[in-house]
Amino acid sequence: MKTRYSFGGDEHIFVECDEEMSLQAFFKGLSITNGVRDSRIKGVTEICPANASFQIKFNPDEIAPDDLLAELKRIEETASKSVASLKTRIIEIPVLYNDPWTHETLMRFRERHQDPSSTDIEYAARINNLGTVDNFIKAHSGAPWFVSMVGFVAGLPFLYQMAERAKQIEVPKYLRPRTDTPKLTVGHGGCFGCIYSVRGAGGYQMFGVTPMPIYDPTQTISYLKDFMVLFRPGDIVKWKPIDREEYDQTVAAVEAGKFQPRIRDVSFALDEFEKDIDGYNRKLQEALYGH
Amino acid sequence: MAIKVHSPGLSTTVQDLGRPGYYHIGIPLSGAMDSEALRSANLLVGNDENAAGLEVVFMGPELEFTASATVAVTGGEIPPKLNGEPRETWTSFAVKAGDVLSFDFLKAGARAYIAVSGGIDVPVVLGSRSTYTLGALGGHQGRKLAAGDELPVGSASKSGAAGRTLPVSLRRMPGSPATLRMLPGLYWHRITEDAGKHFLADTWKVAPEADRIGYRFRGGQKLAFVDRKPPFGAGSDPSNIVDACYPYGSIQVPGGTEPIVLHRDAVSGGGYFMVGTVISADMDLIGQLQPHMPAQFVAVDMAAALKARKDQDALAASVRAALA
Repeated sequence: MKTRYSFGGDEHIFVECDEEMSLQAFFKGLSITNGVRDSRIKGVTEICPANASFQIKFNPDEIAPDDLLAELKRIEETASKSVASLKTRIIEIPVLYNDPWTHETLMRFRERHQDPSSTDIEYAARINNLGTVDNFIKAHSGAPWFVSMVGFVAGLPFLYQMAERAKQIEVPKYLRPRTDTPKLTVGHGGCFGCIYSVRGAGGYQMFGVTPMPIYDPTQTISYLKDFMVLFRPGDIVKWKPIDREEYDQTVAAVEAGKFQPRIRDVSFALDEFEKDIDGYNRKLQEALYGH
Repeated sequence: MAIKVHSPGLSTTVQDLGRPGYYHIGIPLSGAMDSEALRSANLLVGNDENAAGLEVVFMGPELEFTASATVAVTGGEIPPKLNGEPRETWTSFAVKAGDVLSFDFLKAGARAYIAVSGGIDVPVVLGSRSTYTLGALGGHQGRKLAAGDELPVGSASKSGAAGRTLPVSLRRMPGSPATLRMLPGLYWHRITEDAGKHFLADTWKVAPEADRIGYRFRGGQKLAFVDRKPPFGAGSDPSNIVDACYPYGSIQVPGGTEPIVLHRDAVSGGGYFMVGTVISADMDLIGQLQPHMPAQFVAVDMAAALKARKDQDALAASVRAALA
């Protein structure tokens, strides 16, 4: 894993922790960005962690680009000694797989897909050797997922499946991006899952929708009153497959201000997770559903 | 005081100088694409530089004022008319209750800025009045204007006099072809040396898909990639990377075909490689490019980028001095 620094014009430093995705690369970025935040470097205006990289926006009138670069490299050296762990939350997200809205949308954009004769979820099940859609849903909703980046559009989480690499679901993005994606679509591209926070363009395969808003610029939804964006990097997500009846009930409960998402505080330690992935995930689930 | 929207134009939005601080959760800067033009319009009418005005794209709105005010229109040449009578751009003029501001056809540039003494007084959201339409955030109800809207205008602490003009030498517009200086980097190493040469030598044309999120260019040669084994998580296309942050001004080239320069409403990250970043001093120019206009990317180093930034600051200082 070799850290690569590059200037993004005169206002950004872009730092790639690793070319390929891994939780090690994510945590390396997280510890450096935490170090940058704690250092309160004059002229740093935005700190944006990403999956296996991060970006610092700065004002070159306040700090010379080369000085900031040197400072980041110094922080990287200290950060590399830190332990990859964090105090975070596990959040249950209900999903209606194979829903009518993403189905209508994916049919409209079939000619942009690798396999126009099947649906996105059938295609993903097949190329991941899972046989049936039911098996795919089991695999998708079995292990929890790690929020390794928030962005693209407001509040959209990128989700990294907490499973050994051989078991991780991988799908290509659409051949050409769609111009439309339903709001709250559960999508997947490369090794990353996502939830589309708003309606708009997108290239990820579409598997279902959640009835649970994750971004609310009006800040009227009960659990988004304090801040309009639900997710932050490091959050852990557990999908819960639901049927149409529960979907409709949840939508109504959200509208009535009565829906409370299931969220529990947990801590996460990368070395323990890697020692026993299945065991660790079971403990996370117990924290989510236990009392 | 308010502004009644009779017709909205093509895509008119409330913008100030932007909403920094939330890019890490995908909420971009927003704000005027030609920031210096908005600054100038505000100073012409006696506002703070950062007051909210209206950004007009290609086609002007028709607006009625409910009280007296001073107004200025800057940026791209979309000639204003008051009650059907021509008014000068880059020059402040007085309006009174019942007056109607309309516009002639676009003559040059792409975006005009309308400032009104007192500023457009929509609610401040996360520190800014700018509209981020993709996220339905800020501005007037989080969207572009529609007929029938009524925009509140703040009370002017000091109204600028009518008839003040910004000298032509202080109005910055792109040339033809537009020259966009860029700092190569980010994933520049993904393309071959030959492709890098073509990218800089070719004349590109602004594609119809050009908006506040990004400007797409076409007409140059397809970029050839250096061979590689796709890194885990990136995707199989040679232009894919593990989804990462996108700098403002970064130039991504999906599939190696059409470069896209991200602007004020940028998507904050994604899975396409970038060849470099347009320097901060040239970002305003992009906001004034129309589809089909020719443009050329010119590679510069950091020293040149910082020098250009200083020049841009000096221009802003001259504008302030001229309108003090």
